[in-house]
Amino acid sequence: MIEFRRVGKRYPGGGNDAVADLEFRIDRGDLVVVGGHSGAGKSTLLKMIPAIERPTVGAVLVEGQNVGALRPSALPFLRRNIGLVFQDQKLLFDRNAFENVMLPLAIAGFPHREAGRRVFAALDKVGLGDRERAMPSALSGGEQQRLAIARAVVHRPALLLADEPTAHLDPETAAAVGGIFLDFHRVGVTVLVATYDRSLFPGARRLDLDHGRLRG
Amino acid sequence: MTALARWIAGHRSAAREAVRRLAYAPLNASLAILAMAVSLALPAIGQMLLGNALGLAEQVAPTLEISLFLSPDAGRPAAEQVRRRLGAHPGIKGIRFLPREETLARMKGAAGLGEVIDALPRNPFPDAFTVRPADTAPAAMDALAAELRRLPQVEHVQLDSAWTRRLDALLRLGRLGILLLAGLLGLGVVAIAFSTARLQVSTRTAEIELSRLLGATDAFVRRPFLWAGALQGLLAGLAALAVVAAVTFWLRGPLAEAASLYGLEWQLRGPAAGDAATVLTAAAALGWLGTALSLRRFLANT
Ligand SMILES: Nc1ncnc2c1ncn2[C@@H]1O[C@H](COP(=O)(O)OP(=O)(O)O)[C@@H](O)[C@H]1O
Ligand SMILES: [Mg+2]
Repeated sequence: MIEFRRVGKRYPGGGNDAVADLEFRIDRGDLVVVGGHSGAGKSTLLKMIPAIERPTVGAVLVEGQNVGALRPSALPFLRRNIGLVFQDQKLLFDRNAFENVMLPLAIAGFPHREAGRRVFAALDKVGLGDRERAMPSALSGGEQQRLAIARAVVHRPALLLADEPTAHLDPETAAAVGGIFLDFHRVGVTVLVATYDRSLFPGARRLDLDHGRLRG
Repeated sequence: MTALARWIAGHRSAAREAVRRLAYAPLNASLAILAMAVSLALPAIGQMLLGNALGLAEQVAPTLEISLFLSPDAGRPAAEQVRRRLGAHPGIKGIRFLPREETLARMKGAAGLGEVIDALPRNPFPDAFTVRPADTAPAAMDALAAELRRLPQVEHVQLDSAWTRRLDALLRLGRLGILLLAGLLGLGVVAIAFSTARLQVSTRTAEIELSRLLGATDAFVRRPFLWAGALQGLLAGLAALAVVAAVTFWLRGPLAEAASLYGLEWQLRGPAAGDAATVLTAAAALGWLGTALSLRRFLANT
């Protein structure tokens, strides 16, 4: 489903390669943990899949498509099939939980009523079924993270990318959030999680980065 | 889901979103709407006054009539025949018959003429008609007069076209003035919509960026802004019409009183339905246009 072919990335103005020589495949239904120290290139790796960043060398293929070479007008259709949990969450603080989760469905052009049902289903799934009217600022850190996950899965993507979804959470909450990803993996969703805390994802395949290179 | 259903769903959610955004910052929205409304109200009031001026001019100016004088020995049956033909003419709105006896009596009553007229062997005045044309444009009046001249037994047709030309020139000037004013102030409306949209974009950069990361097309990002712009224009148009209605209401009494001093029975009328519809359509279109220009300029930079 995803293939990296000798992928390297250097940011404009950045002195060193953020990642280099990445070569791996991820199959449908895999659960993959991307590990490594801060600055190792985990976010960069994840961002190249929905073409938020483009490789400087090599090719990133998603379903056989070289996403680094896509025209800007083709990007929306790639991204709508991917669920994204951002490292900084990117919740909209002037909208309530329901409206935050509604956004991907509005983007996909779902009729309002059908979309509403799916939003409730997604909120239920992450344990926020009774908080649909809450503003994000009124939610705890763990609840905010679960809200971000609900938004990432509401349109039922086949691929879920999460960038450090358990950072800043207490161990108990982190375990609960990790469990949500395991649930999605269990029903066949391909899951990539960047995290230091690989103990939360037992049995996951590991891609360990060290200064932008795969280890081992 | 068909493409059409998707398109409709997209616009419905964009419209809903636009309303939400206006309601979210009601003060900003109201101020922009107020500024637009003032710009729209001025030409709308001008148009309303011009329409009224035209009605008033038709009342004041007897010269928007054409006078027909029959030959003095035409006789009553011939006059009756002319009257029938005038009555059947589609270009004629009204007819008044002035029998020669009546003219004679009126002239006798006029100072000093009584004895002179008595001295005449017979009534020197012909039967006459005054005709109100349906179309009072100078060219139309000229054409009608020429046609009437060819009627049998009609000896003389009189039309004070200088007066109608003058009036027409004034009305044309008035229309041009309103058009210029509307163009200038319409530009103002576009400018207001432009800067409002710019502000909107700048307060929503996070949301726009997120939407794009989640797979939003440019059209998806633009749509709510455009709806909000058009909606603000429409509300401004309604407000402008309310201003025109208020002006009509306040001026009606005093103006009718002034008119009655001149012996005129005249009332100020509000804007015609067509003019009101034009104001609303133009307002929405200008709001949309200003927003579209703004998005072109500023959306690429977010
Ligand atoms: N936008 C950027 N511009 C310049 N350098 C960047 C940018 N994003 C990341 N980097 C650099 O790329 C390297 C990898 O960063 P990142 O992928 O964010 O690592 P991680 O997510 O593992 O902490 C780091 O050295 C970081 O400083
Ligand atoms: Mg990172």
